[in-house]
Amino acid sequence: MSTDTPAPLRNIKARRTTVQNIVRNLKTAPISAWFGMIVIFIYAFFAIFAPWLAPHSENEIIGKAYEHGSSIALLGTDQIGRDLYSRLIYGARNTIGIAVITTLVSFLVGGSLGVLAALKRGWLDQGVSRVVDAFLAIPVLIFALMMLAVVGKSIVNLIIILALLDATRVFRLSRAVALNAVVMDYVESAKLRGEGMGWIVFKEIVPNILPPLITEFGLRFCFVFLTISALSFLGVGVQPPTADWGSMVAENKTLITFGNPAPLYPAAAIALLTVAVNFVVDWFLHKTSGLRDGK
Amino acid sequence: MHPVLKTVLQRLGLGLLTLLAVSIIIFSSLQMLPGGYAQNILGQGATPETVKNFNHELGLDRPAVVRYVEWISNAVQGDFGNSYSGTTGTIKRSVSGIIAPRLYNTFFLAAMAAIVAVPLSLFLGVLAALYRNSWYDRIVNSVTLTTIAMPEFFIAYILMFFFAVKYRWFYSLSTVSESTTFWEHVSRATLPALTMTLVIIAHMMRMTRASIINLLASPYIEMAQLKGVSKSQVILRHALPNAWAPIATVIAFNLAYLVVGVVVVEVVYVYPGIGQMMVDAVSSRDMPVVQACALIFAATYILLNLLADIVSITTNPRLLHPK
Amino acid sequence: MASDNKRVKGDVLLEIKNLVIDGKSDDEWKPIIRGIDLTLRRGEVLGLIGESGAGKSTLGLAAMGYARGGCRITSGSINFGGMDLVAASEEQRRSLWGSRIAYVAQSAAASFNPAHHIIDQTIETAVSHNIMTRDKAEADARDLYKRLQLPDPDTIGLRFPHQVSGGQLQRAMTAMAMSCRPDLIIFDEPTTALDVTTQVEVLAAMRDIVVQFNTAAIYITHDLAVVAQMAHRILVLRYGNLVEEAPTREMLKQPTQEYTKSLWAVRKLQKLESPSDDIILNIDAVDATYGGGTSKVLDNVSVRVPRGRTVAVVGESGSGKSTLARAITGLLPPSKGTISFNGKALPAALANRDRDTLRRIQMIYQSADTALNPRQTVRDIIGRPLEFYLGLKGATNDRRVVQLLESIELDESYIDRFPSEMSGGQKQRISIARALAAEPEVIICDEVTSALDQIVQEEILQLLMKLQKETNVTYLFITHDIATVRAISDEIVVMHRGKVVQQGAKSKVLNPPYPAYTELLLSSVPQMDPDWLTGLLAKRSAKH
Repeated sequence: MSTDTPAPLRNIKARRTTVQNIVRNLKTAPISAWFGMIVIFIYAFFAIFAPWLAPHSENEIIGKAYEHGSSIALLGTDQIGRDLYSRLIYGARNTIGIAVITTLVSFLVGGSLGVLAALKRGWLDQGVSRVVDAFLAIPVLIFALMMLAVVGKSIVNLIIILALLDATRVFRLSRAVALNAVVMDYVESAKLRGEGMGWIVFKEIVPNILPPLITEFGLRFCFVFLTISALSFLGVGVQPPTADWGSMVAENKTLITFGNPAPLYPAAAIALLTVAVNFVVDWFLHKTSGLRDGK
Repeated sequence: MHPVLKTVLQRLGLGLLTLLAVSIIIFSSLQMLPGGYAQNILGQGATPETVKNFNHELGLDRPAVVRYVEWISNAVQGDFGNSYSGTTGTIKRSVSGIIAPRLYNTFFLAAMAAIVAVPLSLFLGVLAALYRNSWYDRIVNSVTLTTIAMPEFFIAYILMFFFAVKYRWFYSLSTVSESTTFWEHVSRATLPALTMTLVIIAHMMRMTRASIINLLASPYIEMAQLKGVSKSQVILRHALPNAWAPIATVIAFNLAYLVVGVVVVEVVYVYPGIGQMMVDAVSSRDMPVVQACALIFAATYILLNLLADIVSITTNPRLLHPK
Repeated sequence: MASDNKRVKGDVLLEIKNLVIDGKSDDEWKPIIRGIDLTLRRGEVLGLIGESGAGKSTLGLAAMGYARGGCRITSGSINFGGMDLVAASEEQRRSLWGSRIAYVAQSAAASFNPAHHIIDQTIETAVSHNIMTRDKAEADARDLYKRLQLPDPDTIGLRFPHQVSGGQLQRAMTAMAMSCRPDLIIFDEPTTALDVTTQVEVLAAMRDIVVQFNTAAIYITHDLAVVAQMAHRILVLRYGNLVEEAPTREMLKQPTQEYTKSLWAVRKLQKLESPSDDIILNIDAVDATYGGGTSKVLDNVSVRVPRGRTVAVVGESGSGKSTLARAITGLLPPSKGTISFNGKALPAALANRDRDTLRRIQMIYQSADTALNPRQTVRDIIGRPLEFYLGLKGATNDRRVVQLLESIELDESYIDRFPSEMSGGQKQRISIARALAAEPEVIICDEVTSALDQIVQEEILQLLMKLQKETNVTYLFITHDIATVRAISDEIVVMHRGKVVQQGAKSKVLNPPYPAYTELLLSSVPQMDPDWLTGLLAKRSAKH
């Protein structure tokens, strides 16, 4: 008798294609996750097609300062008479673009160093970890403020500084998840086979640490996005005349005291996107951790 | 030596080392600039002569190591040198003189937020953990997730828009001076403190909930239930003695977050604290002030984490009662 | 208790009828216990036996009216002393727990609260349920510690859980369960986490105390030999169903169900030893240390492995048997001594060995779950060594993978499966195929059957023996299980605390005269004889 036949309880999962898996997951996604995905999609759409969707260009002055909403300027005009609505749309492109690039750089640097440190251990791991520990003891916003004071305000500086600071956080996480993977017997087995570094990293480790890293990418993106907005709001991030949500809040903040909610629009645009990303990440976390519990 | 004392001392030593490393990072950030700070400030057109004079005036022509030792040994005694701005000839403004009153204001604001936020969020977070997956827990989860994702200035302006502009319950600008009385100070700082409180509560509730749920999943908690220990006793006798370490960590993390969060909130409400001052100094590239502020923020951050670790160490039964 | 085979007289204490329990997996409720009836009389010990996933722990906890998070009692009744625990309120159930029904968990280290003294936890229920005053309860606890043969019974309670050993803590937990003199104790795999030599003492202590107080018990385990010592009656569970129920002696003598018979299949398996002097792997006076080393994990270890034979390395946790494997593979270069392979010295470190040397020595791990990359298909897993060592590519590679699948008795439909789509036994077969793909001369098997269910263990061992016959491969078989050693080995190496106690032919090592440690180890292995424990204890006490 063959006793290896699967038990009725622990039935072996039927094969599903990737597409089937995605469809199945989407079907069971909660409303919050759906909301998040739709919002992200709309933002991406506006960011990519900004020049076609905005009624005016980024820096065109179309009227007097602080005009109220009208058929020409949907949400009114800003402190020098530019169309707020058009600038909001361009802001999507600029602010999200900068945040995405920064997060990508930070993952490239922090992620590869983290995996390398976990795999190599020894002096490389010790050295990088100690340096990172020291940087982790300084809050990102404070450090970014200080570095911007030294090197001066520009978008490139902003991206480099934030990416490097954020890379220390990414390093710590990717090192931790990679360490979990490195101690697995299948990695040892590959080492015993005589496989090189490249194979071990890209074939054995990376595919297994991708899910937590993708989740972390969402969270780090939110953090970077909020930090950039805060820096811009404080006047040291993205500089005028580039349309950027954080600076737009700062530029129009006096309107609040006159009971005009215009500065709240760009702030709400920031909040909505981060809330949306968080909802999707939350669902993703639930999904991956749930799978781990039930195997 | 008793293991607790030994571990505490080790941790203190590590804290000091971290502080030292951070101070070096902060100090040397100024050296990293290609061409030097002076060149950058004065522009490409500056003659070598002007650069030299500028450096000499600020004492930047001496070796970096000498300047670091001087800076840090003075900083330890509360002397951060003189501000670059407003320094003309013989009139010098000492950095500590500018910082001191503002530091007080910032701690005042942070304390106001913490006094409300810490007990409230611990209570609400534990409640969410105890009644896991209830409607209360679900609502808490979505609300806090939303709050966390919002930029501080958004929450700040919403509060200002409604409570200061529409209803005029509070001041929209929190101007205080040394002559402001205590209660006047409290009332003017209410909106910024409320903003901080909202942000912190969201973070802290989530972390409290997660660590309590983690604690309640321990096998010894199940064992206590199966021994017929009553619900309240399971929490008080079995969970609480092991909860200090995670709770201390949560509090420290969030107080540290609070200290950083004040920067934006102070700017929104034009509250004369150290955060607003640092932002101004960054704009005018007044490095002694920027470095002093950065060091103070980082030191607070390190100190809070150190305290949390010491609480964890001194409540760990394995260390308290060695083999 | 086990010594009397008569039906135990007494009132019915616990009666479970048609119990169904569902568990949540993948957001769906699926049955874990599928309609089980069970009756337990006062003073009777019932053994619950089954493999992982059989539902025995769930059933044991249900006897208390308790379902873990993610489980729910769907239907049926649990009648304990006249109260239906399914219908009872939370408060009513809690009044029984600890005082009339007590629980002894598998991991004592995790189940004791680290923040309180052992004695305070022992007497907690007795004091809080107002069964005894504090002073009286403490005196009683000390008495129980003495009866359970704990060292320093008067003071051991004043220690904290992390200050005593695992075996002692497990006995302290039995004292805790006994403190209110309950009618029923649930023992949930209480000795599974212990070493075999420690297990004997704990089993003896637990058995004596339930007899002394005439306590009824449900003893849950996966080990039939253990339950034979403890229980009057045995209930075999599989996939949440009752397979067979009979008094202990009856079941051991003539099990009626195929499945029950298969539970001791491994113990019947026995390879005929055949000696050989053709040494393929010679480990000579090897020392090894971890972390740059103060404490030796291997101390002057010498082992000779003959070609085409199976050498079993046996020992308890901490004996250094797995470290030996790491030294041979080059993961932990020895600090002293040499390892030679086919008469030539092996480079100590992995990095200094050439590809062909690596190919000749392969390794199979205990847990296929961690040994197979979950993101690779069978084709990738088995195909990689074929490509890496032998240069096979494309269709040739695929053909060879299918051949290897056939040799491990799986068909080609498995080639595109991921590890998560296979059972534990199938995954272990894939591990074996991966090792075979390299066409090795030596395979190191590190506890390869320990994580598997009994029947699957037997199949894997059969397969390994078949493959040895076909390819003349040499096995170095590391295990803690004597039954497995008996089944598969030609030669045996006994290790203890980093040293080799004995090496020799199977017939020599397993028969007297024994060195002291070998005797202790062999005599501590539970036998399928209900009188084994009684006999062993009598023999040991006669010696002292």
